[in-house]
Amino acid sequence: MDTDMDQIYQTDVGNLLAFNPNHRFPSTPSSREELVKECVTEGTKLVQAIADTLFNFPSTESVDGPLVQLPPPTTKLPREKHLPRPKPPTKWEEFALKKEAKKDKIVSDETTDKFKRRHGYDRVNDDNDIPVIEAKASDEPGEDPFAKRLDDKKKRVGKQEKNRLQNLKTAAKAGALPSHVQLAATALPISGTKTQPQKIGKDALGDVAGLAATSTASGGKFDKKLPGEKPPKKQGKHHKYLPVVPRYGWVDEEKEQTNKVLGKLLSKHSHEILNVGKAINMYNDKKEKKKSGRSDKLKPKKDITKKKPYANKAN
Amino acid sequence: MMEIRTPKTHKAKRVLEKRAPKLVENGKKTLILHGTKTSATLSAVLMELYRLKKGGAIKYSRRNENIRPFESGGETSLEFFSLKTDCSIFAYGSHTKKRPDNLVLGRMYDHHVYDLIEVGIENFKSLLSFSYDKKIAPHEGSKPFICFTGEGFENVPELKQLKEVLTDLFRGEVVDNLNLTGLDRAYICSAISPTKVFLTHCAIKLKKSGTIVPRIELVEVGPSMDLVIRRNRLPNEGLRKEAMKSSKDKPKKKLKNVDQDDVLGKRGRIYIPEQEVGKNPLPDKSKGVKRERREGKLKKNKEEGSASKKQKESE
Repeated sequence: MDTDMDQIYQTDVGNLLAFNPNHRFPSTPSSREELVKECVTEGTKLVQAIADTLFNFPSTESVDGPLVQLPPPTTKLPREKHLPRPKPPTKWEEFALKKEAKKDKIVSDETTDKFKRRHGYDRVNDDNDIPVIEAKASDEPGEDPFAKRLDDKKKRVGKQEKNRLQNLKTAAKAGALPSHVQLAATALPISGTKTQPQKIGKDALGDVAGLAATSTASGGKFDKKLPGEKPPKKQGKHHKYLPVVPRYGWVDEEKEQTNKVLGKLLSKHSHEILNVGKAINMYNDKKEKKKSGRSDKLKPKKDITKKKPYANKAN
Repeated sequence: MMEIRTPKTHKAKRVLEKRAPKLVENGKKTLILHGTKTSATLSAVLMELYRLKKGGAIKYSRRNENIRPFESGGETSLEFFSLKTDCSIFAYGSHTKKRPDNLVLGRMYDHHVYDLIEVGIENFKSLLSFSYDKKIAPHEGSKPFICFTGEGFENVPELKQLKEVLTDLFRGEVVDNLNLTGLDRAYICSAISPTKVFLTHCAIKLKKSGTIVPRIELVEVGPSMDLVIRRNRLPNEGLRKEAMKSSKDKPKKKLKNVDQDDVLGKRGRIYIPEQEVGKNPLPDKSKGVKRERREGKLKKNKEEGSASKKQKESE
């Protein structure tokens, strides 16, 4: 009886799934309860069918109970994510293929005739292990060869980082970026010049904001300030007024100022201070302007022929 | 101007690896959310669905106004949530006058909408309304039996899709080993008409029978509801083919030339290709070509050269 049922039903033991395609429910349901009952009885039959196959599997005893090995599910369901894509070969791997090069993990050391590892503890050519570097004929006198070695290493490390970034970029293009790596853009892409756009500092921003504020109609006096924005620095003309009453024990600054000017005028070399040529030119220009009449385009020209009403009437 | 970002903690790294695309995938997680308006029945349905799938489901409690699964632009929020929570199935509930008690079940492929099916819920009975012996109550997270009854699941395309979606929804994790004492729940889906499916959740009672296989008895524990098919959207053929691709299409390569022996242990066989003498260029490992020897020779020549110069000068 059980085998007959299996033939009628479609079972997928891996998913604990059973499907009975042959049952026909009455089109006019008798009552809700009866319908429910019928569904549950049909369901019971299906579960029994799966349980038959399941309990007949070879089981291993474990702490919690009998364990049974489930077969893989037969119903095909769509995947959640795409299949992992193959990584494109890195630059080193391409080179290694072409030149059949190898980078062994254990390399023979030249100084001691032993085999040491390439990276890590007690490695070949460690920078800290070199006691003496012999001077070569090509060395400059002021150069520190130890520092040079460290510099070279830094350069190599930097180059390697660049290569690593390039490899990851090609992998990202192929959609095969490793799961723990993310590539993030730190700046806008280059357009036009090669120089990177400079970051504006706090002071420069403050100056620009001040300029923008003063160019408004009310001179920036009533602008709403953002939280944290500092009030504008002293605007307008910067006057420095000397104290009227000199401070006790201090030099009278105003006196000093006038004395300075007088001294310059009355000194022996006063004629050298005054630029006589320039003074003459200025005087002549002024005279000519007065003669020709003021050609001030901003001032509206007064029409002399027009008479003011009631201007010359006596009484 | 790209930066490589790697996780700084081991936990973060493990999370990223868990979410990465793999050959054998994790169980699909379900995202449960609702739209602008929900009715009492619908919110109860969503709550109970969450309880049934506890451990593999995430429930959002806020209402989402801009999610409209069947419109072209209304899926972006869903895809974003799917990406953030790593959920591939979602259940979106909404209640409008035109579509009362509406539930949209959808699946994602690579965090983009794969397919959708919209059902209306009728005759909902909450699990609190069922009274049963508490001893047989199913445990959280146990693997369920799934049973489908009715020719509609084979003949009607919408019901076929619903069958697939319900299997995906209720399946949980795909396991290799199953503990037979842990079987305690079953979902019964019956196609009572070409547009209606009756869904109920039952607990399993195992009763003694004469054989190893126990007699199954199902007791309804709830919830139970009628699903009325409304709209649906099937996946594109190309997308479907891609999603159905599995790693098992190519069988695993057998390990050749290795055999195990109890006496000798693990043995391998090596095949050496025929040597073509004279064809391949051999690496020049002759003594005279080694680097130290070359450099030493150069030095010697230089010394000799300078020595001969001195001789010449002295001469």
